[in-house]
Amino acid sequence: MSKKFISFITAGDPSMDKTKEFIEVLAEYSHVIEIGLPFSDPIAEGEVIEAANVRALQNRATTDKMFFMLETVTFDKIVILTYANPVFVYGYEKFFKRCQECKVYGVIIPDLPFEERGEAAVYADKYSVHLITLIAPTSAERVKMLAKNATGFIYLVSSMGVTGIRSEFDLDLTDIVKQIREVTDVPIYIGFGISTPEHAARMREIADGVIVGSAFVKIIAQHGRKSAPHLRKLIKELTDPHLIE
Amino acid sequence: MSVRFGEFGGQYMPETLMNAVIELEKAYNYYKNDKGFTDELSGLLNNYAGRPSLLYSAENMTKDLGGAKIYLKREDLNHTGSHKINNVLGQALLAKKMGKTRLIAETGAGQHGVATATAAALFKMECEVFMGKEDIERQALNVYRMRLMGAKVHSVTSGTQTLKDAVNETMREWSKRIHDTHYVLGTVMGPHPFPTMVRDFQSVISREARAQILEYEGALPKAVIACVGGGSNAIGAFYHFIPDEGVELIGCEAAGLGADTPQNAATITNGSPGIFHGMKSLFCQDEYGQIAPVYSISAGLDYPGIGPEHADLHQKGRAKYVAITDTEAVEAFEYLSKMEGIIPAVESAHAVAYAMKAIKDYEGSIIITISGRGDKDVASIARYKGENLHE
Repeated sequence: MSKKFISFITAGDPSMDKTKEFIEVLAEYSHVIEIGLPFSDPIAEGEVIEAANVRALQNRATTDKMFFMLETVTFDKIVILTYANPVFVYGYEKFFKRCQECKVYGVIIPDLPFEERGEAAVYADKYSVHLITLIAPTSAERVKMLAKNATGFIYLVSSMGVTGIRSEFDLDLTDIVKQIREVTDVPIYIGFGISTPEHAARMREIADGVIVGSAFVKIIAQHGRKSAPHLRKLIKELTDPHLIE
Repeated sequence: MSVRFGEFGGQYMPETLMNAVIELEKAYNYYKNDKGFTDELSGLLNNYAGRPSLLYSAENMTKDLGGAKIYLKREDLNHTGSHKINNVLGQALLAKKMGKTRLIAETGAGQHGVATATAAALFKMECEVFMGKEDIERQALNVYRMRLMGAKVHSVTSGTQTLKDAVNETMREWSKRIHDTHYVLGTVMGPHPFPTMVRDFQSVISREARAQILEYEGALPKAVIACVGGGSNAIGAFYHFIPDEGVELIGCEAAGLGADTPQNAATITNGSPGIFHGMKSLFCQDEYGQIAPVYSISAGLDYPGIGPEHADLHQKGRAKYVAITDTEAVEAFEYLSKMEGIIPAVESAHAVAYAMKAIKDYEGSIIITISGRGDKDVASIARYKGENLHE
């Protein structure tokens, strides 16, 4: 079984108890699990994950409830994905301190680019939490600057636009990966739009692993509280060693 | 060019869009000092948009209310009927110089969408406008105007289906296609350089108004009053008066059903610092940083944030911000129509409403910016008053 896999689900969709149960299912096959702390206006997300944010907030998910849930999770590579505002308003110091208390491995904030990351990075460092770097196909001459400062892992965005399931990938990422490798050994995970074992296998050839989100979130949208067996089935397929090697 | 206004502003954009905003910043820094560009823009403002706009002495109103002499800065007389064209012509011309062939924009009331569709038609560019489903219903006439000029209008059904969600969707669209597309942001918000660039394009309002009032009165006004949603007409009306310490600058935000009710969009009155839509500023939000659904009768003021320069002017005490309810705005809408034969946009009516309340406190003169004309609002105001009028 390969461990080169990151799965993503939204915290509190449909409830924090269920999120904990889903984490336990995904943990068996994941190297890292990303937990989306819902935000009212997730501008980097496509329809599927945006809808999950709406459901979670309707079910009264909050930052505090997410941390209470994470305190009871034993899986040691949890990464929180959220937007700048929930972190800033909670308080950078309080947020990263809670991350440390809950043994959170890293935090991804898509709308906190390199130029603005300092205000959060101070506290991420203080509480030993990785502030994960995103690199995009449009990063161009920024790639090396971004990669040099990366810790934990690098989230390489596969394609233009927002998260969501895609059938085609029209960009060649090998060149970006090469540029990153010139300056750092931090693992590279490719995300955005990966939903089938074939996609996953293709992307794994280029990078250290893949990130799959919308495909899991779609299952939860469909099966709600009864999603666990369906999540297990999908992650088994996506991490099938026969397709990887 | 500074990225921030005091603690506010910044460039909080996803990495997918960082090179696009950096490219825009470089292009703007170059062209704003390029005589060819500034001459071409002045030409368009004068010969296409109809500038300079009038500074009209509202004598009936002055006589009726008693107090300072009231001047109206008539941005409603611009081509397309609002101040939005000032910014759009600037950005569309810049986009053209940058080699972009497609304009995308968000719109609330539809005024900015109409202005963008106009510029796209003029420059022969492709145009797509994102508008909340609820606003499409409130502003059907503007939707048709945009389509008439060749723009494609997308109905945004996510979230509150208003301006905030239209901005989300336009940002998502931009991240899908940046090589040929410029995002014409409609107000002084978003990531740097938008708040500065849009302010510069709108500052033509106060550049003209300051010269006009000195010519007519031989003195500066005691106050400049403008409505504030994101804040573009207000910053344009304030900008050249900021160094004039004796001139009070007053922004009128939308209190909806009341600033102390849940149904309002009064960001300075009720907001707190946050990071959203590319900027650090003040936002209506809950204790966990979830952006609050806001409400105003005016689709153009129905936004949960405010431009970062306003947040800074507020914090420094240089400008004052007041909240005006739907009821007060509708009264002012009717008052100006009857008193001067000028039907203001319901957005601008918020500024008129404050002047009506406060005019007795002032001597000398005051300027109210009429940011747009009210034709688009006639049907919805009639319905608000209980008349079953449909366009």
